[in-house]
Amino acid sequence: MAMTFHVDIVSAEESIYSGTAQMVIAPAEHGEVGILPRHAQYISLLKPGEVRVKTSDTEEHNVFVSGGILEVQPHVVTILADTAIRASDLDEAEVLETKRRAEEALAERKAGFDYARAQAELIEAAARLRMIQKLRKNIK
Amino acid sequence: MAGAKEIRNQIKSIKNTQKITKAMEMVAASKMRKAQDRMLATRPYAQKIRQVIGHVAMAQAEYRHPYLEAREAKRVGIIVISTDRGLCGGLNINLFKKTVATMREWQGRNVEIDLCLIGNKAMGFFKRLGGNVVANVGHLGDKPRLNDIIGSIKVMLDAYDEGRIDRLFLVENEFVNTMTQKPRVTTLLPLPPSQEDTLKHHWDYIYEPDTVPVLDTLLTRYVESVIYQGVVENVACEMASRMVAMKSASDNAGELIDELQLVYNKARQAAITQEISEIVGGAAAV
Repeated sequence: MAMTFHVDIVSAEESIYSGTAQMVIAPAEHGEVGILPRHAQYISLLKPGEVRVKTSDTEEHNVFVSGGILEVQPHVVTILADTAIRASDLDEAEVLETKRRAEEALAERKAGFDYARAQAELIEAAARLRMIQKLRKNIK
Repeated sequence: MAGAKEIRNQIKSIKNTQKITKAMEMVAASKMRKAQDRMLATRPYAQKIRQVIGHVAMAQAEYRHPYLEAREAKRVGIIVISTDRGLCGGLNINLFKKTVATMREWQGRNVEIDLCLIGNKAMGFFKRLGGNVVANVGHLGDKPRLNDIIGSIKVMLDAYDEGRIDRLFLVENEFVNTMTQKPRVTTLLPLPPSQEDTLKHHWDYIYEPDTVPVLDTLLTRYVESVIYQGVVENVACEMASRMVAMKSASDNAGELIDELQLVYNKARQAAITQEISEIVGGAAAV
């Protein structure tokens, strides 16, 4: 049997995932990281994107995070997510709408417009969309 | 007899009020249970973050974050968490009393106060009382979201970062049990040192990107989560308090109805007796 470790994904509002896993893949500040059991203590900020929790060779849980903190101990991984939504809850239409709004706002870019905020929104929407499309592919 | 009809109407109107209070009691009871569950669900996040902060702060002893450093208080910020709606007993009033007492204490030392108000009731109260309100937010509903309150928290955190306020307090209701809710004042900033911050590990994290941004993010998230917890706990308090208030209102209405029923019966009987004696008197006259 493969080695496993414990994973907790919690947001300020609720606990999202708790269980054992063989591997966790998360979007860390400097690129994606894959965490295996007995990883050295590690702490990183997360970018918007998906966290993949491999529970077995075939099974995988996807959770979307819009930022947060990843804390790794040799046998426990904790993800303090800013807002995490289960991947299946993401509504593609809504995401597209957000993305469109953000792009529109970026294109206009009037005086006094919050450029940084729009860009952040756009990055987040794009990340969500990538994840939905990937989920789709898996289902088909 | 003229009184009988009026008393009957009064009984009817009290019965209607009783129906409403009963319904509110039951609604509050079911909402309270849900609010309590939500309250428990928020705990692991704050606990975990506190642990990590304790560790990072200890491993990085040379970097003193302003959130961990006490400075002389010239101006303080107070965040007050109240309910949006009334009819929940003395919950808000007790909270405001505590807030005002805290404010007096600081004013006595010539320290100015900035207020951040969460919930409509606090807004109404401090509008009447006066006070320097820098941020407020209301209409949070039964399921408050972190997104809704983050703006007002940021106002206070920015003020602290820029040195406009030197302390940040949180006045909130503590959910002891269904019957008891206590107002409580906690110091948010600077963070009181945790008891577990003793050096017992001989390892350190690998940081990405660096210690300072990680610690900054952690501390901000921590303060946010404590305030969010307070808001969620306040919903549970509100529901519990409303449930108790409405229960005693229903009981009082029941007592009132019983009393009025007695008065009504007496009045009815008196009317009948009078009628009979009139008939008898009339018959005797013939």
